[in-house]
Amino acid sequence: MIRVEQIAKRYGDVTVLDDLDLAIPNGRLTAIIGANGAGKSTLLSIMSRLLPADSGRVFVDDLDLSRTRSALVATRLAVLRQDTTMTARLTVRELVSFGRFPHSRGHLTPDDHRIVSDALGFFELEELEHRYLDQLSGGQRQRAFVAMVLAQDAPYVLLDEPLNNLDMRHAARMMRHLRALVDERGKTVVLVIHDINFAAAHADHIVALKQGVVVAAGPPAHVMTETRLQDIYDFPIAVHTIDGVPYAIYYR
Amino acid sequence: MTAPSIMAAPVSPAEAPAEPRRQTVRRRLALLALAAVVLVLAYQFAFVGDADAGYVMGLRLRQLGALVVVGAATGFATVLFQTIANSRILTPGVMGFDALFVFVQTIFVAVFGSAIVVDVDVRTRFLIDLVVMSAFGTVLFRWIFRRSSRDLFVLVLIGIVLGSLFTSLSLLSSRLLSPDDFLTLQDLTFASFNTVDRHLLVLTAVITVAAISAGIPLLRRLDVVALGRDSAVTLGVDYHRVVTATLLVVTVLVAVSTALVGPLTFVGLIVANLARRVLPTYRHSVLVTGAALWGIAFTVGGQFLVARVLDFSTTLTVCVNLVGGVYYVWLLLREATS
Amino acid sequence: MSVGGGRQPIADRVVDPIGARSRGPATDRDDDRCDPEAARRRTARRRLVVAAVVLAVGSFLSLFVGVISVAPWSILDQDSDAYRALVISRIPRLLALLLAGSSLAVAGVIMQQVMRNRFVSPSTAGTTESAVLGIVLATLWFGGSSLTVRMLFAIATALVGTFVFVHLLRRVRLADIIVVPLLGLMFGAVITAVTVFIAYRYDLLQLIEIWTTGSFSRVLQGRYEPLYLVLLGAVVAYVFADRFTVVGMGERFATNLGVNHARILNLGIGIAAVNTAIVVVVVGAVPFLGLIVPNVVALWAGDNLRRTLPITALAGAAFVLACDVVGRVIRHPYEIPVGTVAGVIGGVVFIVLILRARTDRIG
Repeated sequence: MIRVEQIAKRYGDVTVLDDLDLAIPNGRLTAIIGANGAGKSTLLSIMSRLLPADSGRVFVDDLDLSRTRSALVATRLAVLRQDTTMTARLTVRELVSFGRFPHSRGHLTPDDHRIVSDALGFFELEELEHRYLDQLSGGQRQRAFVAMVLAQDAPYVLLDEPLNNLDMRHAARMMRHLRALVDERGKTVVLVIHDINFAAAHADHIVALKQGVVVAAGPPAHVMTETRLQDIYDFPIAVHTIDGVPYAIYYR
Repeated sequence: MTAPSIMAAPVSPAEAPAEPRRQTVRRRLALLALAAVVLVLAYQFAFVGDADAGYVMGLRLRQLGALVVVGAATGFATVLFQTIANSRILTPGVMGFDALFVFVQTIFVAVFGSAIVVDVDVRTRFLIDLVVMSAFGTVLFRWIFRRSSRDLFVLVLIGIVLGSLFTSLSLLSSRLLSPDDFLTLQDLTFASFNTVDRHLLVLTAVITVAAISAGIPLLRRLDVVALGRDSAVTLGVDYHRVVTATLLVVTVLVAVSTALVGPLTFVGLIVANLARRVLPTYRHSVLVTGAALWGIAFTVGGQFLVARVLDFSTTLTVCVNLVGGVYYVWLLLREATS
Repeated sequence: MSVGGGRQPIADRVVDPIGARSRGPATDRDDDRCDPEAARRRTARRRLVVAAVVLAVGSFLSLFVGVISVAPWSILDQDSDAYRALVISRIPRLLALLLAGSSLAVAGVIMQQVMRNRFVSPSTAGTTESAVLGIVLATLWFGGSSLTVRMLFAIATALVGTFVFVHLLRRVRLADIIVVPLLGLMFGAVITAVTVFIAYRYDLLQLIEIWTTGSFSRVLQGRYEPLYLVLLGAVVAYVFADRFTVVGMGERFATNLGVNHARILNLGIGIAAVNTAIVVVVVGAVPFLGLIVPNVVALWAGDNLRRTLPITALAGAAFVLACDVVGRVIRHPYEIPVGTVAGVIGGVVFIVLILRARTDRIG
């Protein structure tokens, strides 16, 4: 379980996170939603120890993130942020193999190779494994990075806007893959996502942020109501249920 | 060697098509090593003429020692530096180390007077220089990185300006010295591999080897650092510690080679980029070896050229800075346009 | 994008160059409340006068600093050493200082305005280095010490070098203003590498050392007069000040207002390059002056070139004067070249400016 206790983050006199408390349920797909500037990405960065909080603590399975060695945390928690620019020229397989670093420190065993192949297979990247990353399309690149996260084999997987720059088809496919991570591999997946309908369609648990605090948390049916959504986003949003899933319609 | 066919005996899928690339890397590395060895041998044994062979051999051996040490140190240091700075266009060489060296010498003489300085053994002096330069360099880099870790250009710009500043400070301080002190200072700062003291050379070689050995354990973690700060932290690398340790190693290596032969500003840049170009891999263990070999080829080959072909009408540093400077501007334009 | 990021955009201040002036002389303080623009101009004018007076006093006093003691009363006697020192050395030196300082500062501010980057200057665009190359070439091919020949060569090479740099820059899509001075310094270093290469071959290395460290100790009556040529450039610059400002707002803006962007840009760069070359030939290089003085002045006086040009010139002159006095006083009777003192102060200020520029961006 990931427990966030009284996390605060300020930039100058702007409070981004305001003594926030949160508990992420195990073995579920949790989506964090909210308007821009609500603090979603900051929260995820703090939860993954990429950013230090001004106050408060984060516990991953009772490990205090601020007190635990990064290498140990890396075996429990895997993160993918939005910014995937880098100078190294790598093939898909090489990138995914880096996911094994917390376990193997660079010396890959046959077991590691097996896990890497498995991750490549899970995301349907076998044919591309020896292509260089800059030769891939956006969707393929994104899958490669998530495959690296899978290869890291950590029980908690955190992703910041994994659907950015993906077209409809690839976005839907990515969400199905993430769903499979939970259903087939028993991982706990936490996503920051701005498209609330994808959250509604795939998440088990939705957490809504507004001005640095949690304003709603629960299953989609609970959070995706017209009153709650209006509260979160400050403008009227209609909700229509299709095939049992509550979808937000706000296009007019 | 032909690429393994699909029908061949079961090879783990990880190894199969990666093989040709690994072969290429291995082959090229071997070629580089061969070229370096050939150049070294040529330098040592070619064109002896009727001069006293013993003397010439001894002299050349010492010069070679300096050249090899400097070339390898520079290549190794620059590759490491470029990874943590996340840029191909940066090199510690342009950051004013040579100016710092002169400045440190100047302060030394100004504070302690030339008499004391001359009494002190050249090796002790060298070590003190080294410690001061390394400490300063590390603090400087750390400070700049902390303030603007995403602004590499700022780092380089400040480095260049500091170089100019140190030069002016040195000139200023040297004018405040007495004429005796000034002469002593001139001797101290005239660094040239032509006149390398034998003991100093051994000391330099030892320090270089020590620094490189300290750097080797960092190489695997630097492979991860090359993915970017966030990815490195996520994968459990202690980013802060790795960067600081690497900076220390880099600073020592650059300080050593500057103290020994003066400023070879652009050599590191050229050889690091050549190594990346020629060796298509992300592994730092391979890249630093390649860069070190290129470094040796450049320094030894360059000096060979200067001595035999250009007949000493120029010096190694002048020549290299010219070629390197043009290359640098080209690289800069390419990076700025992208 | 204005040259001084973070300050008031230029458009706000320049738009009415005719209108405000035609409103008639602003008189009472009552009017200040109704006409803040006129009040601002009056304050600026007052400041300018004060600055000019301070500079004049400082200049006068500096005449009495030096190896030969010159006391105010001894100059009345035309035969004394003091009088000769004054006329042959001190006064020419002072005039040279003022001319050099002001013209380098003006060169800097013009370049910054038309190139829309506050870190461009003769020291960061290869201009100074190109001028030195010209001097070396002149010495190589024509030998001797003809000031005129050296000046012609220096002007030619400075123009070529600077224009090459400017047009290199046009092809680069700039992501960051910091890239420009970086490119400029490297470009300068490459030119220096060429110069050193040539100088080494023909044993002219000491020349480079002399010309890259500006020193006014060589200035004597009869040897510095060419420096007056910079006044020509200064006059042209003042006349064209508004047009430079418009060019500083961008190509499209300028064309819209009927200003020939390319021609004015080239004129501005040309003036800067020529003036720099003249100063380098007569006196040597004074590093970073053209960079830091305009920037510091802009912090107080803004970006309107017509208004800041005189202040910048005064500030440049004052800075060089101060460096010179410091250089002569620190180790009296020995003299430390202005170039060295300016290098130290200039370097520190430049770094401060860079860091300020960075922190303005972050957060």
